[in-house]
Amino acid sequence: MAISAEAPAIPGILPGKVGVWWFLASEIMLFGGLIASFIVFRLGSGGWHGEAAHLSVPIAAVNTLVLLTSSLTMVQAFATAERGDQRGPRTYLALTILLGLAFLGIKAYEYTSEILAGFTPGTGIFWSFYYTMTGLHALHVLAGAVVNSILLGAGRLRNPHRLELAGLYWHFVDVVWIFLFPLLYLA
Amino acid sequence: MLNWMRWLPENVSTYGGEIDAVIALIYYVTLAWFFLTLGVFGFFLIRYRRRDGRRATYVAGERLREAAWILVPVAVVLVLDFWIDLRGGPVWAKVKTTMPPTELTIQVTAKQFNWEILYPGPDGKFGTEDDRQFDNELHVPVGKPVRLVLKSKDVIHSLFSPNLRFKQDIVPGRAIPAWFEATKPGKYELPCAELCGFGHSGMKAWLYVHSPEEYQKWVNEQWASS
Amino acid sequence: MRESGAGTLDTHEHHAERGFWRTYVFSTDHKMIGKQYLSLGLFWAVVGGLLAHVMRWQLAWPDTAVPGWGEVGPETYNVLVTMHGTIMVFFVAMPILLGAFGNFLIPLMIGARDMAFPRLNMLSVWVFALASLVLLVSFFVPGGAASAGWTGYPPLSAKVEYTGVNWGLNLWILAHALEFAAFLMGGVNYLTTAIALRVPGMTFFRLPLVIWQQLTATTLFLLSVGPLIAGAVMLLLDRIIGTHFYAAEGGGDPLLWQHLFWFFGHPEVYVILLPAVGLVLDVLPVFARKPIFGYRWIIYSTIAAGGLSFIVWAHHMFVSGMDPRLAMPFSITTILISVPFAYIMFAMIATLYKGSIRFDTPMLWALGFIAMFIVGGLTGIFNGSAPADIYISDTYFVVAHFHYTLFSSVVFGGFAGFYFWFPKMFGRLLSEPLGKIHFWLTLVFFNVTFFPLHNIGLAGMMRRIANPLEYEYLVPHQWINVVATVGAILLLASQIPFVVNVVWSLLAGKTAPKNPWEANTLEWTAPSPPPPLNWGATLPVVYRGAYEYSLPDMAEDWLPQDRALAARSR
Ligand SMILES: [Cu+2]
Ligand SMILES: [Cu+2]
Repeated sequence: MAISAEAPAIPGILPGKVGVWWFLASEIMLFGGLIASFIVFRLGSGGWHGEAAHLSVPIAAVNTLVLLTSSLTMVQAFATAERGDQRGPRTYLALTILLGLAFLGIKAYEYTSEILAGFTPGTGIFWSFYYTMTGLHALHVLAGAVVNSILLGAGRLRNPHRLELAGLYWHFVDVVWIFLFPLLYLA
Repeated sequence: MLNWMRWLPENVSTYGGEIDAVIALIYYVTLAWFFLTLGVFGFFLIRYRRRDGRRATYVAGERLREAAWILVPVAVVLVLDFWIDLRGGPVWAKVKTTMPPTELTIQVTAKQFNWEILYPGPDGKFGTEDDRQFDNELHVPVGKPVRLVLKSKDVIHSLFSPNLRFKQDIVPGRAIPAWFEATKPGKYELPCAELCGFGHSGMKAWLYVHSPEEYQKWVNEQWASS
Repeated sequence: MRESGAGTLDTHEHHAERGFWRTYVFSTDHKMIGKQYLSLGLFWAVVGGLLAHVMRWQLAWPDTAVPGWGEVGPETYNVLVTMHGTIMVFFVAMPILLGAFGNFLIPLMIGARDMAFPRLNMLSVWVFALASLVLLVSFFVPGGAASAGWTGYPPLSAKVEYTGVNWGLNLWILAHALEFAAFLMGGVNYLTTAIALRVPGMTFFRLPLVIWQQLTATTLFLLSVGPLIAGAVMLLLDRIIGTHFYAAEGGGDPLLWQHLFWFFGHPEVYVILLPAVGLVLDVLPVFARKPIFGYRWIIYSTIAAGGLSFIVWAHHMFVSGMDPRLAMPFSITTILISVPFAYIMFAMIATLYKGSIRFDTPMLWALGFIAMFIVGGLTGIFNGSAPADIYISDTYFVVAHFHYTLFSSVVFGGFAGFYFWFPKMFGRLLSEPLGKIHFWLTLVFFNVTFFPLHNIGLAGMMRRIANPLEYEYLVPHQWINVVATVGAILLLASQIPFVVNVVWSLLAGKTAPKNPWEANTLEWTAPSPPPPLNWGATLPVVYRGAYEYSLPDMAEDWLPQDRALAARSR
């Protein structure tokens, strides 16, 4: 008699989703720790308007738009997959990956111009935070792009469940940026 | 070994007695709990050891009437907690958050692995000609509150005086104020209490508590040239 | 594995076809992964224990060379202090209490065939093995291993010039990061498995308490480790690319690290403690033949303690130089933690009331944990009180306190679980007499080693000093250091019966029956040891809670969770 390794989950509970949410909870605490440290320092030092003024708000705004759009395409990828669409998920996922890479490209351009202007991580505490927070976020974007590429490459897009999980992560990365942008650029 | 209060070194500061009193309060409260809980524990172990023909009694402890046997002692724990906080709060405030008026301010700068002890000299101001620095020697008069300003040049150190019941970590980038008032002349050790590198063990200064006359004599000697 | 269809396999002939590598090394079986964590944890326990003995010898006889080691210089001593702490907390306590018992017990006790993500689970133990390797390598790089304390306070840890340690400390940070990653993967698995894969009838309030404690501990870890990872990233960047997070001269603040470290550090203590409490809570009813006293209240207390553990961290920082007005609020929350833990300890004792107590080896360890943890819990109040802590902090009193809590968790709690579940894990019985000798020797010499540390701490001996004789006020108390060291040596010798017992049992021990202790929980319904996928074709079904012992009007004094009763179901 054969028994299955696939443990029967309790109906209505998707293990993958539970797992991703717990993972995201710990990620929230990771960025939460960074952001809380940043806020405490900023309050303690009476503001960093001078330093923040050297950042390019227009570029960052464009980048925000890029990332927000990528969330939208990710939603579309899942939505089309759920409808059983064949082409839709592939197109939208590829778009999401491209937009993620575009974000990283713009970010890299930003870094380069800042470093050329003489603002390195060692310039001061604001810059230490700026590079660490955006750098860690960029690594998360990269990880998301890799995950999405694996999904795309493996061609398992007919299973919307996996797309949903990747989407959860992607939206989380997006939301982190929504916090970082005003904190670093506008405050 | 069991009378823990006897292990504390002699107290020679005005507030040390109050810190000791908090330690003593906690000691007697916890000692009572220790004997009580382990006594009941031991009694149960002997009384309810397995014997032929006797079954355990089914007690789930979920009903309030049963749980009360525990909840009441837990409430006592809570009350004792607040008592300890209530007794401790003013002591902490006195030692750490208030500063009595002082005539003497001394700057203690820690570095790997020495204490630089700076006196403002007769003019009472730092950064003037008559400042004097002593390595690893802190001289104070008895019966006078002394204000310390604690600084570090490199890593975190901690100025500890077992006899004064004084301890304060010293963090680079901060000038941390502290105070004490010694009650008994003598020579006491001032170890560093925070791991600060390979010379941590053995990093110490000496505290000289002088009688008023002796202290004056020491001051006169040190500042005689100026 | 799942995709290939190998996930379906025959109940009777599975072992042989898998081969050595798939069975023992690249296994996705939660039981094997648990054993792998156990082995790695035991390996590190030996290393960490030996380091401790070098330290103890140095403290007792600072002027003589340590046998088998040689002269211990102050730099070496700082390495010993640092690596002993790091190893014992992150590479012994966590892999054994969380990694081994969590992996082994969670699926078996909730009626699952494996973890929710078996391959992620395998990855977890492999990442942990990699972390172990990195930590091991860090001993041998030029400049030596980390020596800034297990707490790694910057600026000492942030600049090479302060300790002379370069790559050793970078690798130390990397080993932590990998270890955290391993336990994050494990943690996600534990929580998901317990939420999604419980067998029919296994409601949350029928879960054995050890599972509740594992889940609470895991949750604490997942929610507290993030800020420390952030802090570790900042520390590494300070060291290698010159950021200024912890450098006062660049606008940073050394205390930031302490806040991040202890925000994690206090919950981390419970990450270690709670699984041990869980092991004891599950051993007690079996050997008292009684339900645990106040099952739900214990769960609520555990959750309350876990919640409180997030708002107490600054009790490690009373004299750190932070704003002293913060001390009393943190002191109050800290002392408040005694309430839920008092509840749990009282409930353990109350469970014995009107029991029919069998003093088998697992029970002895569980009882030993109760007694020792009471001491550790009570001494915590001294540290928790801000004014008392002015004197107590950074002395050996603290060392005594956390060895009474953590050593008793890992050793007494851990051995309670080990002796209890060994027959299930390995299918052999251990020798009772040897187990009892092991317990009594350990109990006695544990106290000889650690109790006097309270005294010398009260006498003012600081932590992390290599030579107490350099301080005149400590010289008269030096005999205490000698007593503690002799105790430690004998404590080490006390583990010989354990080694003999395990080796003998594995080689020639009696085969264990399915349920040697007449216990109620589900793992005892599987064969000993359970095959891959744990049960045959049918999974057990759960009808009641885990602690239905000595029910009135029943012939037997136990009622397994999976036994269907026609008339009554509780
Ligand atoms: Cu020092
Ligand atoms: Cu703590």
